[in-house]
Amino acid sequence: MSANMIELRDVTHAYRTKAGPLPVLDGLSMEIPENSFCAVVGPSGCGKSTLTRLVSGLMRPNEGEVWLHGQRVTSPRPTVGMAFQNPVLLEWRTILQNVLLPMEIVKSPMSKAQATERAHHLLDLVGLTGFAEKRPSELSGGMRQRASLCRSIIHKPDVLILDEPFGALDAFTREDLWCTMHDLRAEEPFTCLLITHDLRESVFLADQVVVMSGRPAHAQYVMQVDLPGKRSLDDLYSPKAVEMLATLRHQIQVAQGRTVDETAEAKP
Amino acid sequence: MNDTLRKILAPLLFIIGILAFWEWIVWYKQLPDFRMASPSDLIPRYVRFWDLFLIKSWETLWRTVAGLGLAVIFGTLIGMVMGFSRFAREGLYPILVGFNAIPKATVVPIVALMFVGQHDFNTVLIAFMISFFPIAVSVSIGLSTLEPEYRDILRSLGASNFTIFWKIALPKTLPEFFGALKVAVTLAFIGTNLMEIVSPHGRGLGDLFDSGRISADYPLMFAVLFALAALGIVLFYVVVFLERIFAGWAERNPG
Repeated sequence: MSANMIELRDVTHAYRTKAGPLPVLDGLSMEIPENSFCAVVGPSGCGKSTLTRLVSGLMRPNEGEVWLHGQRVTSPRPTVGMAFQNPVLLEWRTILQNVLLPMEIVKSPMSKAQATERAHHLLDLVGLTGFAEKRPSELSGGMRQRASLCRSIIHKPDVLILDEPFGALDAFTREDLWCTMHDLRAEEPFTCLLITHDLRESVFLADQVVVMSGRPAHAQYVMQVDLPGKRSLDDLYSPKAVEMLATLRHQIQVAQGRTVDETAEAKP
Repeated sequence: MNDTLRKILAPLLFIIGILAFWEWIVWYKQLPDFRMASPSDLIPRYVRFWDLFLIKSWETLWRTVAGLGLAVIFGTLIGMVMGFSRFAREGLYPILVGFNAIPKATVVPIVALMFVGQHDFNTVLIAFMISFFPIAVSVSIGLSTLEPEYRDILRSLGASNFTIFWKIALPKTLPEFFGALKVAVTLAFIGTNLMEIVSPHGRGLGDLFDSGRISADYPLMFAVLFALAALGIVLFYVVVFLERIFAGWAERNPG
C-alpha cells in the first residue's frame, strides 16, 4: 500500500471535440500524502477541473493511472466527498436534508440518528446553527456554500475534492470559510485536493501547492507550504508568506507564457 | 387588507364588474339576444336545464381528465426519453412539432371515422392528443438542462442513474412540469369540446351547445360557454393546488 492518499502517475487526457482531440493533461504526476492538504493552481483552462473528475472517478484518463488509498481508481467511490463552485443544494429539501443526502447513497455504519446528530454538529461548526430546517432559497451564497461543505463531508470521506468552492464568494466570506476549513480539519483529518484561482487561498490552506502548466498541463512546480502551527490570516502578511506568494505568481506567469510558446513549437 | 380575503374578493369584484359592464352594454345598445345574450338572460336557462348542465358537465369533465391523465403519462414518458437520449431528442422533435402543428379540428372527423361509434374513446383521444405536447417538451427540457454538477454530486458517490433520476432530476423538473400542466389542462378541455361539437354524438357540454344552436336558443349557447369557463377554472386551480403540494418549494416568498 502506498503512503500517499492520492497519487497520479503520468496522467494524460484529451477531450474529443469537433476540431479533433483537445489535449488537456499531458504527463501529470502528483503525490498527496494522507491527511495533507494540496492546492492546485494554474492558468484558466489548464485542466484543473478535469483533474477533479479524474480523482473522483467520474472520468478515466486516456493514459496513466490514478490511485486512491492504494487502489486504482476506475469508478466513483463513496469514500470521496466533493464540493463545487456552485453549491448545488436541492431547493426542495431543507438544509438538514441536503446535508444528509450522501447518507441516502452511501452505505455507512452510522445510524440515521447518528447521521442527523453529526449533520447538526457540522452545521454548528460552519456557523449555520439554527438553519437546519430552512430552505436553500432562504440562505445567502456564503451560507449555501457552508451547507455544501457539510454535505461533502457528512459521510466521513477520507478524500475531499474541492473545485473552487470559494470562487464566487466575496472576499470576507471567503476568508471566513478558509478559517472554517481549518476548523473542520482540526476536528477530523482528511486528505484534501483543492482547485483554486486564488494564490492567497492556496498558501493559507494548503501544505503543498502544485502549479499546473498551461494546456496540455503537467505539474510545473510544487511548493511545500511551511507555516507551522495554527494558521491565522495575519500569517498571509508575514515575509515568508509574501515570498511564497511571489514565487507562485511568477510560476503562474511562466505557465501562462508557456502556453503560447509550446503550441508554436508543437506544430513544426 | 387581509391576504386570503383579497385573494377571494379581488377576482369576485372583477367578475361582477365585467358582468355588469356586459349587462349594461347589451341594454344600452338594445342588442337582441340572438346577437348577444346578456348575463340576466342566462339565469332562466340554468334554472330550466340545471340537470342537463350537471350531466353534460360531468361527461365533459371526466373525459377531459382522462385525456389529460393519458397526456401526463405519455408526455412524461416521451419527455424522459427525449431528456435522457440526445439521439431520441433529435429524432423525435421534428415529428412532435409536426404532429402538434396539425389543427386538431381536422383530426376530429378522421378519428371519428377510425373508431366509429366509440364516442368516449374518441373524445379522450382528442383531449390527449391536443395536450401531451407541452408536457413532453417541458419534461424533456427540464431533464436535458439539468446542470452537470447536480448529477456529479450523486454520481461521485457511486449512485445509479435511476437514483439520480429519482432524487434529483424528477423533483427538479416538477416546476416545469406543472407549468406545462397548466397549459395542458386548458388544451385538453378544448380538445374534448372540439370532439363534442365537430362530431356531435349527444354527450358533453358541446352537445348542449349544439342543441342551443339547432333550436336557436342563443342564451343557452352563452350559458354553455359560462359553464365551460367555470369547469376550466376549477380544473386549473386543481392543478395549482397540486403544484403547491408537490412543487411549493419553487415558489419564492415575495420580499
